[in-house]
This record gives sequence, structure tokens and C-alpha cells, in this order.
Amino acid sequence: MKTSEGLAYEALSGLIARLSGDERHESSSSSTLDVLWVLYDQVLNVSPATVDSPDRDRFLLSKGHGPMAYYAVLAAKGFIEPGLLDGWARFGSPLGHEPDRTLVPGVEMSAGSLGHGLPIAVGSVLGLRAQDRTRPRVVVLLGDGELDEGSNHEAIALAGRLGLDQITAVVIDNSTATHGWPGGIDQRFAVEGWQTRNVDGHDHAALHTALTTEHPGRPLAVVARITPTS
Amino acid sequence: MTTSITQLDTAGRRFYPDMLFAFTDTVTQEMDTDPRLAVVLADISTPEFADAAARHPGRVVNVGIREQLMIGTACGMALTGLRPVVHTIASFLTQRPYEQIKLLGHQGAAAVLVGYGASYDITEQGRTHFAPEDVALFETLPGWTIHVPGHPDEARQVLLDALRGDDCVYIRLSARVNHQAHPTGGFRTIRQGRAGTVLAVGPTLDTVLRATAHRDVTVLYASTVRPFDEIALRTAVLAADHPDVVLVEPYLAGTSAHHVDRTLVHVPHRLLALGVSRDTELHAYGSPEDHDIAHGLDEAGIARAVAAFLR
Repeated sequence: MKTSEGLAYEALSGLIARLSGDERHESSSSSTLDVLWVLYDQVLNVSPATVDSPDRDRFLLSKGHGPMAYYAVLAAKGFIEPGLLDGWARFGSPLGHEPDRTLVPGVEMSAGSLGHGLPIAVGSVLGLRAQDRTRPRVVVLLGDGELDEGSNHEAIALAGRLGLDQITAVVIDNSTATHGWPGGIDQRFAVEGWQTRNVDGHDHAALHTALTTEHPGRPLAVVARITPTS
Repeated sequence: MTTSITQLDTAGRRFYPDMLFAFTDTVTQEMDTDPRLAVVLADISTPEFADAAARHPGRVVNVGIREQLMIGTACGMALTGLRPVVHTIASFLTQRPYEQIKLLGHQGAAAVLVGYGASYDITEQGRTHFAPEDVALFETLPGWTIHVPGHPDEARQVLLDALRGDDCVYIRLSARVNHQAHPTGGFRTIRQGRAGTVLAVGPTLDTVLRATAHRDVTVLYASTVRPFDEIALRTAVLAADHPDVVLVEPYLAGTSAHHVDRTLVHVPHRLLALGVSRDTELHAYGSPEDHDIAHGLDEAGIARAVAAFLR
């Protein structure tokens, strides 16, 4: 397990409040908060000092909507100044409702349109492999609704067939897909040769175990179930 | 060995019978010395890249018939420092994954996209395989360099420039070629005259030269259309007796018309923009020459249009 510098988990709600203007943050943000925290606190090998290192782990927030939790975690871990959180999404702010990788150090992907992260992850891993960099992980976070986009399924098939074990897909499942995924989201990955794990999306220990599952020769899909809270 | 048919001309240089071979052979050669280069395919031209794939197995990727993934893969590769070359039939390369192409540049990534088939090279397949919209699509996106070579040697040269660069590049390969190559780069003066200026793009040049053989016009030639060589066009127009411009493009008519207007913003001028018609959905097969006639891009069609336009 990796240990990180920076603020504690308890500081996140205060950071999110600076974005939302409210102590009660939106569900789209809270659905990803624990996954993002576990990734940046315990899993990803990247820090503010290594955002340009070729051997860093990459995190792609494919589901760009509701990035408050993401910005809060980046601020807590020192990638961005907490002061930037005030006045976000105004003209001139580097922080918008969908992240822009050219404006924020440590943001690996400009998101907003759904279904782009997984294909970019496939290319990132192929690019790393072509340069004999077989250690960096590329972790993509997407939503169960986002899985509707066919481009994901192009990537799921190829990543499985090529055995791109440097890829981890984290699917936040908060039951937003209009037509659902009968048989389970994990099966869409498993049938293509991925290692899969289903986990409670708020359970830090379970998330850590799932995200660090050994999966030699196969990409890893972690389906993080979020139970809607009223 | 699929590239063993490489031929040498009398001067010992490599001779390319067509643009597609110039492309695949040049990339294959360059991959041996440039570790940045990678090739992303979608089940098209895979035999032509078999040698490169055997020599550089990690740098030639065939994603299957998945064009969205093809561009996403190139984007990811570029973000790790590679220079991806992405290739399939132009219609599938440029239109099915257009949002991926738009967002490639938005990510700050870059790639070399090489389409084959042009506006209607593959006429027997019909409209699904035609891409007269390609240049118009790329030119809505900032920062793209767009090459429309008219000869295999030009295709090789613009490709070499693209492989060594860092920007987003589209190269429009075609089966239609002119009988000789010209230097690439800005617009080239092929012929000088007084009555007006004709700008011929890529493979239209030979037809334009025949269609205007008996007219006292300047003929400029472009194998690169973006950036648009405003200086060469303005210079030619101001040197003629009349500021009359004929634009002949082998893709959608008028694609570069706004560049002509911008070039001549302070010069009252007339413009005739010839190209693939925007007015009708043509349901037809036949040969590329049949389609030239249908769009007025054959010698007689261009000659008629120019005669009616010039003073």
C-alpha cells in the first residue's frame, strides 16, 4: 500500500463545500468520492511531483460530470491549490463542470462527452507497452449510464483480447442506465476476458482490495455499487 | 513479404506506382529509424503493414472494425509520447469517429490521419465509400494541416513532413494522380497568364491544365490546402488583369472559398468555386471519370465553367 501526503479524508467535505456552496454535496459527486479517495490515497502511483513522469500511473475520469469530488481530492493531495475551488466554472477558471486536462496539472483527460476514456486508456497502455513501460497502471472511471456508449464496448473487447492488464476500469454503478444491464455490468467485461470484482462503492477497505486484485494477463474491471441515499 | 515489389527508377530512387503504396512503404521504412512512430489500423490495409507489424509488433495495432476506438487508441498513444499514424478508408476515418477526432485536438494530443478513397475513388461501392466532405470537416477544427497530394512522390514528401512533426495532420490519398510531381509546401505557379487565376488542388491539376490550355490564365497548384497559402494567391491575383479566381477542388465545391475571400479581403474580386456538387445526393456507381462528369470536374466541364466565368 502506498501512503500519501496531504489532507485527510475528513477534509474533503469542506473542500467540496467550497465548490457547491453547500455542506450537503450533490449525489453525482458523492458517488465517486470514496473511489477517488482510495485511488489517490492508496492505489495510484502519482503525486504532484510526478504529473509529467512517463512512469506515473494515469487516472482518466471518463465520466466527467459532477467533478466536485475529483477536484476536492486533487486539492487534498496537493495537485491544485484549494483557492482555485472558489469561483470554479467562471470564465478564466481552470476548473469547469467537466475537467480540461490542458488547464489542470494532474488531470489526464478532458472529459464531458461520454465514452471516450476507455478507448484512450487502451491507446495509453499500448503506447506505454511500445516503450517497454509495463508497470504504470491506467485507471479509468466511468458510470453505468456511460456504458451505453458503444465506444466503450469497442474498447472492452480489444482490451480483453489483447490482455491489457495495465488497464483498470472502475464502473460506478448507481443504476442510472436507462435500459439497465441485465445479468450484471461485470459480465460485459468478464465475457471479453477481463478479471472482475463487485464491491460496495463506499467501503474503503473493500475498494482497496478490489483495486489491488492480482490480474496477470487480463485487464481488471471493478464495479463499484452505489446505493442511492435519500 | 508484401513490400518486396518495391521498384527503383532509372536514377535508383524508389518508384511508387500509387499513393497508397508510397504511404505504406514510407511509413514502414521510417518506423525502422523513428521509435516514436506507431500505426493504428481498422482492418484496412493490414497486408500492406504486415512487414512493419512483424518488425515492430508493439507499434502496429489493428483494432478490428472499430473506428471510434481507432482514434481513441491513437489519442492515448499520443498522450504517452508516440506519433500515431491512423489509416483506413477516408469515409470511415473521418466521419464515423468525427467527435473522437475533434476531441483528439482538444486533449492536446496529435496524430497523422491518412485516408484513402478520396471523394469517389471507390465508385463501385457507392456513396457509403465516398468522402467529399473530409476536408471541410477537418477545416472546422483549429490547427489541422491538410494535405491533398496529386502524385505518389508528393504523398511521400508530405507524409515525411508529417511524421517528423508534432501537429495534427490529415493526408488525403487518392487513386487519381497527375502525370508528374511538383514540390510540396505552398502554392506553386505552374503557368502564368493575365486573364485570371486558377487554383487547382491535388489530383485536379492535369485536368485543369488541359481545360485551360488555350486560356491566358495563371494556374497555381496546391498539394497542401491548410495552411492556405494566402501570399501566393494574392500575389498571383494582383499580377493579373482581372481579380477573377477559379478554385478547383476535388472535394466539396467551395470548401476553400472563405479562404479566398479572406485572402482578398481588400481586393474586389470574383470567385468561381468548382468541386463536388453539394446540391444532390448522387445515387450512382460507375467509374471515377463518370462522377467527374456528373460534378463538372472533367476537362469539358471545367472548360465550360471557366469560359462562362472569365471576362
